[in-house]
Amino acid sequence: MKLHLKGGRLVDPVSGRDEALDVLIIDGRIEQLSKSIAADKSIQVVDLKEKVIAPGFIDMHVHLREPGFEHKETIETGCASAAAGGFTAVCCMPNTNPVIDEESVVRYIIGRGKQVCEGVVDVYPIAAATKGRKGEQLAPMAELAEAGAVGFSDDGSPISSSEIMRRAFEYSSMYGRPVIQHAEERTMTHVGLMNEGFVSTRLGMLGIPRVAEEIMVQRDLALLRYIPHARYHVAHISTRGTLECVRAARTEGLQVTCEVTPHHFTLTDEVVSGFDTNTKMNPPLRTQDDIVAMKEGLRDGTIDAIVTDHAPHTVDEKEVEYPAAPFGIVGLETAVGLAFSELVETRYLSLFRLIEKLSTNPRKILSLPQINIQEGELANITLLDPSFEWQVDTSSFKSKSKNSPFHGRRLKGKAVGVLNNGKFLLCE
Amino acid sequence: MKLRGRHLLGLDGMSREDISLILDTAVSFKEVLERPIKKVPPLQGKTIVNLFFEASTRTRISFELAERRLSADVVTFSTAGSSVSKGETLKDTARNIEAMKIDMVVIRHSAPGAAHFLSRVVKANVINAGDGGHEHPTQALLDMLTLREKYATLEKLKVCIVGDIAHSRVARSNIYGLKTMGAEVSVCGPATLIPRDIERLGVRVFHRLEEVVKEVDVINVLRIQLERQESGLFPSLREYHRYFGVTKEKVAKAPKPITIMHPGPINRDVELSADLADSEHSVILQQVTNGVAVRMAALYLLGISN
Repeated sequence: MKLHLKGGRLVDPVSGRDEALDVLIIDGRIEQLSKSIAADKSIQVVDLKEKVIAPGFIDMHVHLREPGFEHKETIETGCASAAAGGFTAVCCMPNTNPVIDEESVVRYIIGRGKQVCEGVVDVYPIAAATKGRKGEQLAPMAELAEAGAVGFSDDGSPISSSEIMRRAFEYSSMYGRPVIQHAEERTMTHVGLMNEGFVSTRLGMLGIPRVAEEIMVQRDLALLRYIPHARYHVAHISTRGTLECVRAARTEGLQVTCEVTPHHFTLTDEVVSGFDTNTKMNPPLRTQDDIVAMKEGLRDGTIDAIVTDHAPHTVDEKEVEYPAAPFGIVGLETAVGLAFSELVETRYLSLFRLIEKLSTNPRKILSLPQINIQEGELANITLLDPSFEWQVDTSSFKSKSKNSPFHGRRLKGKAVGVLNNGKFLLCE
Repeated sequence: MKLRGRHLLGLDGMSREDISLILDTAVSFKEVLERPIKKVPPLQGKTIVNLFFEASTRTRISFELAERRLSADVVTFSTAGSSVSKGETLKDTARNIEAMKIDMVVIRHSAPGAAHFLSRVVKANVINAGDGGHEHPTQALLDMLTLREKYATLEKLKVCIVGDIAHSRVARSNIYGLKTMGAEVSVCGPATLIPRDIERLGVRVFHRLEEVVKEVDVINVLRIQLERQESGLFPSLREYHRYFGVTKEKVAKAPKPITIMHPGPINRDVELSADLADSEHSVILQQVTNGVAVRMAALYLLGISN
C-alpha cells in the first residue's frame, strides 16, 4: 500500500502541531512528512484539501455484544461501524455472555478484532471488575490486565457495595488500570424509565433522579480520597451536579477522569414526549441546563473524553412499549458529526481540543501508547472533513442495529477515512 | 364538526374546541341513553376491538356499552389466557388483530405511551382507555361533562385532585383537560405521591386537606393503591385516611358545599368516607352514567372521521 495524503491540515495534540502537511505512507508506515511531496504515478493520491489529518480516534465505551448477543452486533459489524464513524480503536464493555471476567474471553475478543475489517480497528476489552459483574467478588484483575484488558468496569451494573468498590480501587491500582463506574445508586432508580423532572411528570413515567448518579460519584470520590493511588473514571456523566463533583475532586488533586456521550450534550428529556424508545438510555437524557454543563465541562477540561456508549439493540427489541424496551442507542456512526455540530460549530471546542477528547485523552486514561504521527511510525490516522454537511440515515449504518434517535438529523462535520495497521478505509 | 386527529390518545395538547365538541356530542348521546330503545346506527358495520391488558370492570363495560349503542360490532380481549401470556409482543398482538379487518381499537395497558405506540403500528383509530400513569382521556372527559352539567361552565371552577398524583393517569388527564377549559386546578396528597415539578403544569400543590376545603368547589378523590405503602411511599392506610382521606368532618369546614367525585373503584373509608360517597354532594354515579355518553361521543367522532 502506497498513499499520498495531499493538501491536508495535520492537527496533532500529541506533537502540538497544527499545520498544512503532506504525508507519504508506504505499507502502513509514515515514510515522509513534509510541506509538499512530489507526485508519483505509482502512489495513490488522497486529496485532502480543506480536510484534517488527526491521530486515530478511540471510543473508550462501546458494546460489541459478542460473545453472547450476536443478533444485536458482532465484533465484525461493530468494528465496521467504528471504522465508518472514524474510529481506529474501541474499548468494549464486559456485559457479554460469558462476561469478560476471565482471560480467555479477553484473548478471544482481541483475537477476533484482529481478524475482522482487516484489523483496521484495534479492539481493547474492558474487563469486569467483579466476577460475573455481580459486585460480590473481585475479578482476576492481574490475569485480565496481562491478557490485554485496559480497564475494569461492571458497566451497567454499578458496584453498589462500598467495600467491594474500595477493594477494586486497591487491587486495580497495582496495575495502573482505572476502575470505570456506571454511577447509579440503584435503590433510587430500579423502576425508572427516564430523567425524573417536569417531563417525566407530564408523561406519567417513573423517573431516574439525577441525584442517584451524583450520590454514587460522591461515594466513589470519598473512597478515592481514601485510596488516592487508585484511578477512577466516571462513565457517561449526565448531570451538572456530577460534573461539579468531578471538577472539585480534580482541583483537590484526586486521580479522577470522566467522559460524556454525544446524546448527553445534544438531546434533552423533551424528546421522550413521543414515546420513541430510541430516546431510552441509561443514564437518561437530562435537561437543557445539563447540556450546557456538559459543554462547559468539555471546554474547561473537566470532561476528558467523548464516548458513544454504543449500545446496539434490534428493531424487535426496541419496537415495543416504552417500559419494555431495553436502554441504549448506537452511536459510533453519528459521534463525530454530532461532536462537530454541537461543539466545534458552536465554538465550545477548537478542533485541537476535540481531537484530544476523541484520541489523546482516552489513550492517556487507559495508559495506551499515544499515536505518533512521525516519520518511521505506523500510521494510525482519522481523516476529517469539518465542513461536510450530511443527513443521518440509519439504514446506511454498518452496525447491525439501527437504534438511533438521530435518524434524519442534519449534521456538519464528518470523518471521511481511517488508516490503521496498514489498512486504509474511506468512510461512506 | 370533526376532531382534529384520528386517535384519542390524551388530553395533553388537545384544543378547547375539540374538548367542547366531544362534550357537546356527549350531551346529545346522553339523551339517547334516556330513551326506551338505547341504540342508534352511526357505527353500524364498524368493528371495534377492546384490548384490555390490565384489569378493569367499569371502563371496559362502559366502552362496550357505548360501542354497542352505536351499533358497532364489538370484540373484547383481556390478557388472561391470551397470546400475551405466551410471550407475544404488543405490536404482534395488535397487528394480528388488525389483520382480521377492524376499524377501531380501544386499549388499556400498564405502559405509559402504549396507546401512542399502538397508533404508530396499526392503521385503525386508537382510543386510549388508560396507559399506565400517563393519561385516561375519556375519564377526564366524563369528569368534565359531569362538572359542566352541574356548574354550566368549567371556566374559573376550582377543582382539587386528592391522592396519589404521581401514579395517576386520571389526575394527568384531568389537569390537561380542566386547564384547557379554564378551570383552576390544584392537587393534594403526601409529598411522596406528588410528582416533581408538577407546579410547572400550572397547578397548586397542597399537603393539607383543611386548606383545600377552604377554597375549592370540587374535590376529585383518587383511589389509593396498597402497593404504594409496600414500596415505602406512605406509612399506613390508617395514617393516610387520617390525613388525606376525604371525610364528612373535613368537608364540613368548607364555606360552601363541595362536590365530591371519584373515578372508582372506591376504597370506602380509606381515601373517601362512605357517608360522603353516598351523600347528596357526591356525583360519583352521574360520572358513571356520563362515561357511556362521553365514550359514545369519542367513538362516534373518530368513527365518522374515516
